[in-house]
Amino acid sequence: MTHLYSKPRIRISGDRAMLVEYGDTIDLAVNEKVRAMTTLLKTSLPEGVEAVIPAYRNLSLIYDPLVTSPEKLLSLLLELEARLHEVKIPAARIVEIPVLYGGKFGPDIEVVAEHNGLTAEQVIAIHTGTDYPIYMIGFTPGFCYLGGLDKRIHTPRRKTPRTLLPGGSVGIAEAQTGMYPVDSPGGWQIIGRTPLKLFAPERANPFLYEAGDRIRFVPVTGEEYGRIRTKEGSRWTPSA
Amino acid sequence: MDAFRVISPGSFTTVQDRGRYSFIDRGVPPSGALDLFAYDIANLLVGNPAGSAVLEITMMGPALEVLGESDMALAGADMALTVNRQPVPMWQTVRLMKGDVIRIRQAKSGCRAYLAVTGGIDVPVVMGSRATCVKAKIGGLEGRTLKKNDMLARIPAELLARPRTLHAEIIPVYPPDIVLTAVAGPQEEAFRSGLETFFGSIYEVTPEADRMGYRLQGPPVHHDEGFPQSIISEPTVPGNVQLPADGQPIILLVEQTTGGYTKIATVISTDLSKIAQAMPGNRVRFHPVTLAEAHRLCREQALLLRQIEAQLSTNL
Repeated sequence: MTHLYSKPRIRISGDRAMLVEYGDTIDLAVNEKVRAMTTLLKTSLPEGVEAVIPAYRNLSLIYDPLVTSPEKLLSLLLELEARLHEVKIPAARIVEIPVLYGGKFGPDIEVVAEHNGLTAEQVIAIHTGTDYPIYMIGFTPGFCYLGGLDKRIHTPRRKTPRTLLPGGSVGIAEAQTGMYPVDSPGGWQIIGRTPLKLFAPERANPFLYEAGDRIRFVPVTGEEYGRIRTKEGSRWTPSA
Repeated sequence: MDAFRVISPGSFTTVQDRGRYSFIDRGVPPSGALDLFAYDIANLLVGNPAGSAVLEITMMGPALEVLGESDMALAGADMALTVNRQPVPMWQTVRLMKGDVIRIRQAKSGCRAYLAVTGGIDVPVVMGSRATCVKAKIGGLEGRTLKKNDMLARIPAELLARPRTLHAEIIPVYPPDIVLTAVAGPQEEAFRSGLETFFGSIYEVTPEADRMGYRLQGPPVHHDEGFPQSIISEPTVPGNVQLPADGQPIILLVEQTTGGYTKIATVISTDLSKIAQAMPGNRVRFHPVTLAEAHRLCREQALLLRQIEAQLSTNL
């Protein structure tokens, strides 16, 4: 059920940030308001605002208190609120992420299958059958908080987290699915790996996606994986 | 232009500047100097533009061979500094000559010191900053801490006409009992009874204290009945104090961008320097202020820095 506030709730997060909150649930209606306000604020960044960071149901405004004040920002937010309905949220870009499922790159796919009474092939079909909205990016560079995982493949986390998951690992934890862009420890059930470099600081744009985009997982063979991996040495752009 | 060769790296020495702020919405932590006050003063002393890169030295300092003439200043935690085995005071400039050897010993009080050199440390700018983020392996020297035999370059710039010394009364002290000024929020409503415990208790800094966050230990602060311990993950800022289920506060710092625990209060930006200098075993108390008071303290600090800049540039 959607819990969209009738007007945004402002939360103080120290002397240089405020959170503007639009609801108390994870759903697209709440997130669309976040995206609309983020779009408005980023179109012409108000004086003294240093960053706008969208999340599931709120956005964080980082500001310089020597240049602006919470009062000024609040009245500006009210003004923008009245214009929210005019905002054309850019259509969600679909970012395709090739994934080699199972085998040594997806060691937990049988766990997910068994937990849900499915075959590995069915898990792949269900996992690739949905476009997942990116609600927020955080935790590590490029780590997406995705929505929309099909209930049929929800699976608890591993009892013991792995100390090192290679960058590119794709996994499931409870009602969430996602990718580990860089090597990190993690307790998710790993079902596959993408050959794409999800975080490449040397690229002009180090990331393939931003909050608001949609992720579409596409199954690839080992051969295709290798080919993309080789290409990644130079550059590879996802089809939009 | 060559500046230093690393003889020994110290316990955790990284290149830092003011931080990387353009990609927080993509999960890239801001990083940057943890004690921005000492960092700013180190740069002001050697005449560097604001935002120049320095070495952030943690607990135990490095030994460096000087590769060319330059001015250097060390500010922050009290660490015995010698040049060619001669003791040299901190918070003032030293003229270095090729072949000199700098040694920086264990911190006697405080935790982090900042070594600034003429022009600033020259490493590639990655995504808008030279700051090292070890987690993302970017910035500084290949995104890591210094190691033996690393070569550090500096940006060419003019040396000072005269040495500079900070007025003694401005030099901060780093006592083991620390008062951190904080504003309530962003989720203070979950702690109507806990706020009193939080602001009325003394907490000890645990050994789990790094640039990502400081874990404290003391009287547990519990959520009011009916409030969940975790919330929908949201953006965090340095200074946020989060409370996991065990009720022990964690002060979040500069190496993370999101979190899913409720946050009772936020240490104000001008007091982050004090956390940066806190050592395990130090005692911490939180002092509540209003947001307006926090902003007054920000303006005061900015004014102080302008006065210091004026004092140093006129060299009196």
